Amino acid sequence: MGRSTSDLLIFLGKRLLQLLPVLFGTILLTFIVTHVAAVSPCARWYPHAKPSVIAHCQAQFALPIYTQFWNYFSQLLQGNWGADQYGTAVFPVIASSLPATLELVFTALFLMIVIGIPLGVIAAQFAGRWADHLVRIFYLSGWATPTYVGAIIAADFLARGVGLPSSGEFSAPPPFVRVTHMSVVDAIIAGNLPFTFDALSHLILPAAVLAFINMGIATRMTRTSMLEVLPLDFVKSARMKGLSNFVVLYKHALRNALITTTTVLGVEAGALLAGTVVIEEVFAWPGIGAYAFAAIGGAGRPNFDGAIAVVVVFAIGVVVANLIADVLYGVLDPRVDWR
Amino acid sequence: MNSTSGVGGTEGGTGVPIAGSAAPRVRLPPPVSRGRQLRSGAVGLYRVLRANPLSFVGFVLVAFTLILAAFVVFAPHLVAHYGAEQQTGVYNSAPTLFRWPPSFAHPFGTDGASYDIFSEVMLALPTDLGIGVAIAGVALIAGGGLGLVAGFWDRPGHLSGYTSSFIMRVTDVFLAFPSLILALALVASIGKGTIQAMIAIMLTWWPYYVRLVRGEVIAVKHLPYVTAARAAGVRETKILTRHVLRNVLEPVVVYFTLDIGTVLVIFSTISFVGVGVPYPSSAPEWGSMMSFYQGNYPFQIYWWAITFPALAIFVTVLAFSLLGDGLRDVLDPRSRRALAESAAHEPPPEANVGEPPVLTLPLGRDSPSGSAALGGAP
Repeated sequence: MGRSTSDLLIFLGKRLLQLLPVLFGTILLTFIVTHVAAVSPCARWYPHAKPSVIAHCQAQFALPIYTQFWNYFSQLLQGNWGADQYGTAVFPVIASSLPATLELVFTALFLMIVIGIPLGVIAAQFAGRWADHLVRIFYLSGWATPTYVGAIIAADFLARGVGLPSSGEFSAPPPFVRVTHMSVVDAIIAGNLPFTFDALSHLILPAAVLAFINMGIATRMTRTSMLEVLPLDFVKSARMKGLSNFVVLYKHALRNALITTTTVLGVEAGALLAGTVVIEEVFAWPGIGAYAFAAIGGAGRPNFDGAIAVVVVFAIGVVVANLIADVLYGVLDPRVDWR
Repeated sequence: MNSTSGVGGTEGGTGVPIAGSAAPRVRLPPPVSRGRQLRSGAVGLYRVLRANPLSFVGFVLVAFTLILAAFVVFAPHLVAHYGAEQQTGVYNSAPTLFRWPPSFAHPFGTDGASYDIFSEVMLALPTDLGIGVAIAGVALIAGGGLGLVAGFWDRPGHLSGYTSSFIMRVTDVFLAFPSLILALALVASIGKGTIQAMIAIMLTWWPYYVRLVRGEVIAVKHLPYVTAARAAGVRETKILTRHVLRNVLEPVVVYFTLDIGTVLVIFSTISFVGVGVPYPSSAPEWGSMMSFYQGNYPFQIYWWAITFPALAIFVTVLAFSLLGDGLRDVLDPRSRRALAESAAHEPPPEANVGEPPVLTLPLGRDSPSGSAALGGAP
């Protein structure tokens, strides 16, 4: 059983190495989807482009498949991610809109943790009684709400009811430099208090919708793990020591139950990222999800290079999130051998 | 070997331990008693439903949805008057594109072409259900088949071992994409449309079943009765179909029930983005209706146009989720064992007071605690 610091480094190195084939696979699969499976790709991807652009595209697709893959792969690695049919380069747009998406996803993740996990504890504490049923109805309602339904209801209806804005990052153009491209962080860095609150009020609704829709798995896993932990001896001895119910539940039992939940939250990253596509479009949030919506042809303006870029970026996001979850699991669960 | 399969040791929240690549690193206790056999037939289902009132609600809702869909398919004039009366010009006779709010004649109101939204929502029901079942079914057969092969024949160092790990590596790559994103990219490159969107989701949906079925097969195939069959000289293919497949089927079918709702959500999202079912269509679909109404009918004025298709999706998916989630609780060995233990050790004080006798579930024929599962909890 190796659990020393050097073993941890070996563990991390192994995880990182195992990442490479999956990353290569995702890039290859994206190539197959966009280059090999495509039916008359040029007319489809460049509906409004100049004839020269279409001729260039057709010449590219006429090349042998391995040449196409090599061009695609080397360009991707060099950060030369092409341009849309109007000539706007893809990479800078993605680089500047990714932080906004991360801000949204992490806020949603935060809400899932502070709301979803306690709900799971409550459900386990009152398993089979009305509180358990209420929690189940709550998380299954999120599960059963398609993202666009939740987003539309929140943006069109809820926003009015609670008086929160439902479009964009700020009410007015911010007077400060966008350092990180995360609205709240930028406002804090600029020390602009009114804009900080403004940014927060814009962030809360889309993040809440994203969290509500994806909360189910966190709550469910917490409930299941808690039910598994609660009858164990160490919980009983904690109770017998006279500790309060709260301390027993949230300090002793939850700490063990959280190991599974943590990893499930990492796996949830894919669902959270996918959810941003519709949510950012409805809430006019300037992130990579709204960019993906447009690039894939949501607004009738498809963008070939942009579509490849967003698919690759989303896949990398999921792979990295899984890596983090995997490493966290290895660190939190003492049964995992690091060597 | 990979980053994703080691995560958590569970897949899709089903609580099914994944053996294989995670096994060498995580020392889990051997699966002693799995005890997941349900009493088959109506009696077993009835007992599961009685154990959890929400599952019962879900079951009733699913049955109602299916009956309604059957009505729409076989007797459309009873449920919807879109098809027949539109031809006779009753609704199109309205000279202006007036949008009527809900009324007795039009319970869900009408849209800009004076189409009855109630009829459209009803006509979309069999379409959406059929699409959900078709996509999840194809994924079940394709992914389940691959999972059986990958789980059953995985001798390291042999051709079967290489095949198995190849299947799992390809699965990992597919799982690295959020399925919505990959499906959207696929639709964008093979062209938009109903069939294309269905193909796109099918192509991205099978990996979940590979994971699930492989995990189940690995858990089952070392059980004594399989070893006994092998010792008795039963052929491998027969062991697979007769002894392994049968025991794997049950959790997979439960997952499939839950999955129909999830597929429905994904498909209608693709329609909502505008690359799935077109609007208007001879076979209406909730996602494309929502997409059209959201773009053209301001919610503050024409609230009914969006509300009723949205409610239809919500209720349908919730029905399948309530049923599937309850079943999953009962089938999941972890939560069942835990519930049984907590019930055995700490009987709730109000139990047996003015309540029907404690329900016993014949869930785990091979585990004594299984019979108390959920039974003592309510």
